[in-house]
Amino acid sequence: MQASGLDRNRSPLNYYTWVGVFFLVFTLIIGALYVATIKIDYVWRWYRMPSYFVNLEQVPIISDHAGSVATVTKSGEDATVVVQGDDGTANPYEIPGADVWVDEGDTIYAGDTLGAFKEWRPGILAQGMWVTLKVSLYSIIFGILIGLIGGVARISTNPALKWSAITYVEIIRGSPLLVQIFIWYFVLATLINNLLLKYGLREIDAIWYGVAALATFTGAYVTEIVRAGIQSIHRGQIEAARSLGMSGPQSLRYIILPQAMRRILPPLAGQFISLIKDSSLLGMIAVRELTKATREGITTSLQPYEFWFVCAILYLVLTFTLSMFVQYLEKRMAIQ
Amino acid sequence: MIEVRNIYKTFYVPHKVQALVDVSVEITAGEVVVVIGPSGSGKSTFLRCLNHLETANKGHILIDGIDILDSRTNINKVRAEVGMVFQSFNLFPHKTVLENITLAQEVVRKRPKKEAHEKAMGLLDKVGIQEKAGVYPDQLSGGQQQRVAIARALAMDPKIMLFDEPTSALDPEMIGEVLDVMKNLAREGMTMVVVTHEMGFAREVADRVLFMDGGKIVEVGSPEHFFTNPTHDRTKLFLSQIL
Repeated sequence: MQASGLDRNRSPLNYYTWVGVFFLVFTLIIGALYVATIKIDYVWRWYRMPSYFVNLEQVPIISDHAGSVATVTKSGEDATVVVQGDDGTANPYEIPGADVWVDEGDTIYAGDTLGAFKEWRPGILAQGMWVTLKVSLYSIIFGILIGLIGGVARISTNPALKWSAITYVEIIRGSPLLVQIFIWYFVLATLINNLLLKYGLREIDAIWYGVAALATFTGAYVTEIVRAGIQSIHRGQIEAARSLGMSGPQSLRYIILPQAMRRILPPLAGQFISLIKDSSLLGMIAVRELTKATREGITTSLQPYEFWFVCAILYLVLTFTLSMFVQYLEKRMAIQ
Repeated sequence: MIEVRNIYKTFYVPHKVQALVDVSVEITAGEVVVVIGPSGSGKSTFLRCLNHLETANKGHILIDGIDILDSRTNINKVRAEVGMVFQSFNLFPHKTVLENITLAQEVVRKRPKKEAHEKAMGLLDKVGIQEKAGVYPDQLSGGQQQRVAIARALAMDPKIMLFDEPTSALDPEMIGEVLDVMKNLAREGMTMVVVTHEMGFAREVADRVLFMDGGKIVEVGSPEHFFTNPTHDRTKLFLSQIL
């Protein structure tokens, strides 16, 4: 910016004034939002949010047997409750932490709580983020695979390959992702799962249809990115490779793709950042990813403001991490 | 060694151009043939047809007795025997100088790494830049890059070397070093077809000079005949313009 001589030099004071303006505007917006929420008596309860990430939960230990408590023995930190069943069997239950809720001689029905222990469990937001991460990662991997094959097919001279790739790309790019997700879940999933059931096989979870929808969607865009990347490599490169006696696939593998990869990386990163954000649509087909988890959290907590901000920040964490990682890759490739 | 019989080549993109019209020539083993002619005369197309970088529409091209226009011919095998040097070098920018020279040896010739490495170092020594083995092509001057490109082609032990205006993209002071390498190669008895504007090279090294114009071979002859005593008016005009 300073390097070019297109503009007059400006004083440092001018520069810092505008830096000040930036922070002022930023603070004003946040301040205005806060004041507005106070006016409508919204109570901010940020302190509650950590419990939606990790939560110390009480886990009850439930008797499977009916009968009576024969013995309660402590051994160090833990305790063992033995339930003498009505059928004459002795059934021991371990209770870590020795928080025993019954006494010797008590009558027990199946389903009664014998005791409980506390355990750190991931909260709903952590679970949602994990699902989002998992879905995105699988979709990225499959998307790259589809895109590489598609991109190479797209520039093939074989009409079957080339037209398949074009048709695939045009269909996917020309319809909304949400509609595609619905087609995967309400059409293909019911079809496939019913077929599986018919042949006595296990149904496939909704999450995998979600991954399929995202992967095929991303794959179409990656196909175009790969095609553009390959075509951006100078024709002389493939001529040199072929003139040395390398076959087409060999030239692609050793000469074209390694060079194309470097140019592909930045647009690919953009595509994958979109993918992470698009995974929020999977909530519509009962995959409890971050957005869906946020909505569930709101229905139980009645804290929509905190939840939606946290949700957005969590997506930012994911996308920002990815873009940092890609920047690192770019730098590493540039050094080579 | 090379037998070209009545080949035709027409380009339709961006517009119809008859690049080669009924070209026939025979080149024997060990011969150095220099192809000259004005731009657009079809000389590069002719050269590129010889290792099937362009497909001639009609006719026959026999390399060592194998018809490369026959669809049953494994063109990769033929190309491995025919080295090509390009105007713009076309070195692989993501590979070091050494890797540029070893890659095809390992992938195509299936040579062990060590053997390919030794071969490459020997060739780098021959073209006089052994100390640059570990650097990437963009750190080399144009003349050095072209010498690496020649070494890369030679690493395949080709029977024929094709040169497509190898010095046209070079700064004047670097032309000499590349021509020297080519002269040595000619002296060793390599069969060479060279498209060039370097008349000094043609005069000194060529066994035969082909003059092309309008997609046809207008005149063929020894350098002495060609430069002192050309028969065709077109040749005379061309020589008067460049000399």
